[in-house]
Amino acid sequence: MTDALLTLEGLTKAYPGVVANDAVSFAIQPGEVHALLGENGAGKSTLVKTIYGLVKPDAGQMVFGGRPFAPANPRAARAAGVAMVFQHFSLFDALSVAENIALGMDNPPGQRQLSASIRDVSEAYGLPLDPDRVVGDLSAGERQRVEIVRCLLQNPKLLIMDEPTSVLTPQEVQILFHTLRKLASEGTSILYISHKLEEIRALCEDATVLRLGKVVATCDPREKTARELAEMMVGTTLHVPEREGGESGDVLLQVSGLSLPAPSDFGTPLRDITFAVRAGEVLGIGGVAGNGQDELLDALSGERFAPAGSLFLRGQDVGRLRPNARRALGLLAAPEERLGHAAAPEMSLTENALLTGDVRQKLSNRGFIRWGKARDFAKSVIDTFDVRTPGPETAAGALSGGNLQKFVIGREILQKPDVFVVNQPTWGVDASAAAAIRQALLDLAQSGAAVIVISQDLDELMDICDHFTALNEGRIAPIRPASGLTIDEVGLMMGGAHDMHEAETAARAEAEA
Amino acid sequence: MRFRLEKRPAPSQLLLALTPLFAVLATMIAGGVMFWSLGADPLEAIRTIFWDPLFDETFSAYSRPQLLVKAGPLILIAIGLALGFKAGIWNIGAEGQYIIGAVVGAGVGLAFYPTENRLIFPAMVLAGAFGGWAWAMIPAILKTRFGTNEILVSLMLVYVAENILASVSSGLLRNPDGMGFPGSRNLARDYPAASNLEIFAGSGMHWGVVAAFIAVIFAYVLMTRHKMGFSIRLAGEAPKAARFAGISPTRLVLFSLGTAGALAGMAGLFEVAGPAGQISIDFNSGYGFTAIIVAFLGRLHPIGILLAGLLMALTYIGGELAQLMLGMPAAAIQLFQGMLLFFLLAMDVFANYRIRIRSREVA
Repeated sequence: MTDALLTLEGLTKAYPGVVANDAVSFAIQPGEVHALLGENGAGKSTLVKTIYGLVKPDAGQMVFGGRPFAPANPRAARAAGVAMVFQHFSLFDALSVAENIALGMDNPPGQRQLSASIRDVSEAYGLPLDPDRVVGDLSAGERQRVEIVRCLLQNPKLLIMDEPTSVLTPQEVQILFHTLRKLASEGTSILYISHKLEEIRALCEDATVLRLGKVVATCDPREKTARELAEMMVGTTLHVPEREGGESGDVLLQVSGLSLPAPSDFGTPLRDITFAVRAGEVLGIGGVAGNGQDELLDALSGERFAPAGSLFLRGQDVGRLRPNARRALGLLAAPEERLGHAAAPEMSLTENALLTGDVRQKLSNRGFIRWGKARDFAKSVIDTFDVRTPGPETAAGALSGGNLQKFVIGREILQKPDVFVVNQPTWGVDASAAAAIRQALLDLAQSGAAVIVISQDLDELMDICDHFTALNEGRIAPIRPASGLTIDEVGLMMGGAHDMHEAETAARAEAEA
Repeated sequence: MRFRLEKRPAPSQLLLALTPLFAVLATMIAGGVMFWSLGADPLEAIRTIFWDPLFDETFSAYSRPQLLVKAGPLILIAIGLALGFKAGIWNIGAEGQYIIGAVVGAGVGLAFYPTENRLIFPAMVLAGAFGGWAWAMIPAILKTRFGTNEILVSLMLVYVAENILASVSSGLLRNPDGMGFPGSRNLARDYPAASNLEIFAGSGMHWGVVAAFIAVIFAYVLMTRHKMGFSIRLAGEAPKAARFAGISPTRLVLFSLGTAGALAGMAGLFEVAGPAGQISIDFNSGYGFTAIIVAFLGRLHPIGILLAGLLMALTYIGGELAQLMLGMPAAAIQLFQGMLLFFLLAMDVFANYRIRIRSREVA
């Protein structure tokens, strides 16, 4: 233990009403890829923030490189050699890569020198990146490279990565893993936080599992199955979504030639999207974030109108109908952003139940709200979907991500939709809540509804979908049956065939030269 | 040294409820200093403004009814404004809607002069509401059709309305028996069918005050029980969620600007047919702007606005008294009212944020 890079001893941090970290102790060896596992609310973020100097522990100590380590702020942590890539990027769309990197550095060198070192680092670690490009034009994978290169320029001894692959294609994940392994082989330690157990098994040599703030296990993830890891996290046997291959019925939703201009400068236009979903079917739409997922959901939910003749529900053109008219006909949706879009953070769950439930649940009478009925509806969502909350009067913003997501999805499912469109149903949701949500989606399809799941989590899509397609720059790939698809094929669909073509041409040109 | 504002994770509800009170206290203190620097006894000045209008034996007979006379239009206008403010729609031009309401309403009344009929006054009220509504529809339609900024348009229309007022008081609506002086016939004095007199003598209660109380109840029910109130709150708190819920931003803009305009127009009519009596060049006295303070002082809540309107009316009357008794300049009184809004907003910041002081770090 004495030669460990970072040793945590009895770290404890309590917030009012909850002990986020309870005497957490473990060690990270130099050059090791160490996984930190745990459900949402298990205390991973608090622990990582403590290491990065954002949170001061109530008790316990850290030893970093043989010296006591108690960073007062992230700057001190960075100075000591700790770098962190956050789950949410903090980049300015309108600035160039180099300008963004300079903004995140404590002592940025001159612009020219910085560009040179960005090129050096990005080449050395196989992360191609042009310092002069504007970040707004980059894909999510490229944006993440900006964050990683920013960290690497500081020559960290410990690199913390929080859910880094949630926005990447399988190919991009392979590039990232290659980089991380190279870093580790050079002696940099990596603390890797993820929900994706297969990734952890592929990448990490050591794992610490947190549950309710306590370390419940340490193990070598390569020797465990994903299921064993998940059960360590949850503490119970995990319920795996089950499905029976139902017969699919009539076409319920038909999208034909749907094109829409980008809603803003950094949005994505939808280009000639055509697909159909049948009763009893789950259609998965994969793709890297920012390829038109939000725009597609808005067009289906009615937040933006679709051109006449491009959207049909049971044969009826619904493209020019407003959201509530579509709800009345049975087309329901749940957007990705839980707070602020699917739910209003400062409003109670009752009010949030009213937000989409008014039409189908008849929560108002001639414009006057039936609060009692709205409360009952909120309560039944809470009970049916096991939403952990003091009651329907709690503000939506006070719920944890997973619980709010269960509420948001449950609110729509209890309204018995004929067609249900959901974007990122389990994003940032812990394993047991995710399993419950997926099961609910399968049950919904089983009961005869058509379900469209837009997600960046391929494992999830492969688990629950009958058919699969992917969005790329607002175009949709031809629909394929999900069974029998290889991960490579999926990656090609996500990357868009035209990309591959360009790459091939480039490769050929290079070979000829 | 460097100051930094840090958002409080959970602002105390008690603190939020008490901020108007703290704001009033801070205004009294800062106002006291201002009055002292103007050569008056600060305590006497504060007493003259807040206490004498209601309880002084000499003045209260005149000024107590004035409380309702002044509070009526403030509350009526502020109730309408608050609907928009809650939804994030900023109508700054209530003063203009108030003027046009008065001009149109008085115009309808004067057109019937000297016919006596019970229906004339109700018709004037409707015409006043229509005038204010129509004036507010200009920024509303420009916003929904062309995406213009309602703050600028509604504010600029105030100056247009002031010019229309000046024009009609020396032209279209000028009193034919007025020997060429600008200003219309006096509705309150000379035309009983069109006059808005006190309902109970000496109370200050005229139909405009009744309308204000009705508006408070109407707004309260709307905000707590009706879908439109829910839509307004949702649009203000989470605009994207409002779009998802299927709320049409166009409808919200038309409704909230229209309602605010109609209420302001009615307030103008009640004023011109009662306390003011006639259309004249200097008919408007800034109620439309002061109502913005009233709306925020009342936390955009109907009951809060009722109380804030009464408080603001008190500073008006007390301010006049202070001008009269202590020789304070009118500007000092306006400054005093401005302080009230300033302190309220400042206290709000402190209730929601806390100040962190950090010594400058070496980069």
